Amino acid sequence: MARIGKFLVQVIIENKPYINDPEGETIHRDLVVKGGYSTVKSVRSAKMLKMVVSAESEAEAEKTVQKLCDDLRIFNPIVSVCTIKAARQD
Amino acid sequence: MTKVGIAVFPGSNCDRDVHHVLNNVVGLQADFIWHTKDRISGYDAMIVPGGFAFGDRLRAGIIAAHSPIVSEIKRMARDGTPVLGICNGFQILVESGLLPGALMMNDSLRFVCRWTKVKVQNNETPFTSEFSKRQEFDIPVAHGEGRYMVDSKLLKDLKKNNQIVLQYSNDDPNGSVSLIAAVCNEDGNVMGMMPHPERASEPIISATGKNDAITIFKSLADYLKGK
Repeated sequence: MARIGKFLVQVIIENKPYINDPEGETIHRDLVVKGGYSTVKSVRSAKMLKMVVSAESEAEAEKTVQKLCDDLRIFNPIVSVCTIKAARQD
Repeated sequence: MTKVGIAVFPGSNCDRDVHHVLNNVVGLQADFIWHTKDRISGYDAMIVPGGFAFGDRLRAGIIAAHSPIVSEIKRMARDGTPVLGICNGFQILVESGLLPGALMMNDSLRFVCRWTKVKVQNNETPFTSEFSKRQEFDIPVAHGEGRYMVDSKLLKDLKKNNQIVLQYSNDDPNGSVSLIAAVCNEDGNVMGMMPHPERASEPIISATGKNDAITIFKSLADYLKGK
């Protein structure tokens, strides 16, 4: 039987590709490229939340967080997408 | 006597300005209603004022959108009650799903606070009926997250349904799609606007001396009188 454990769930909220990202563009143009890293072709900024969740598996922890992100509108689905990734902590 | 409710959240800061304009300038009775109120009766219109409800945590408007008063505002909106969101109030109405779209960080990545001009594109809402179509008027903006955004399909729907109410006319303060400054729902009884009509309703506080923005509230008064 699976044991209950703690999982660190990372929620990355980023704008959909059709939304321009002035912060990422400025970081890319004025910091990264001017700083000599010309092999870096683009930068997108995003927001990340870290949640610690009790669950039996990574899949269950991710499912819980996906549901809460949808239910509570943690991201606005018109302009953003969210990526969820869990890893066992203990 | 018709009554207007003004929703107040921790962090609202334009509630008193709206209260003053409605009670002392326009002559509508308006009361403050705290955000925890889960049953509202006896109010003919609701205004969600500007500010920084819940400190704009996570995203402007999202936490307030889950509060008891917003559930009541949703119920009232479904019944046809006029609901106006101003600035942070617009963000709250968007995040509650009463209005379509999203309000994102200004494309300058800076807070903008200045006078601008808007043009009336829809004068058939309870908040714009006393304007003539395409009338321009002076009004200030003061926001960090005011870049109104929808995808191309939703933009087509907004145009088709006449939901674009105001557009910036001589200035682009935030990078909004199609220079949108205000939208309404399909029925027209819920409207959100980024600029602040309560800060432009009296000549003494107007940068241009003009106070045509008061027509937003006068339209509402007229609408409620005719009910």
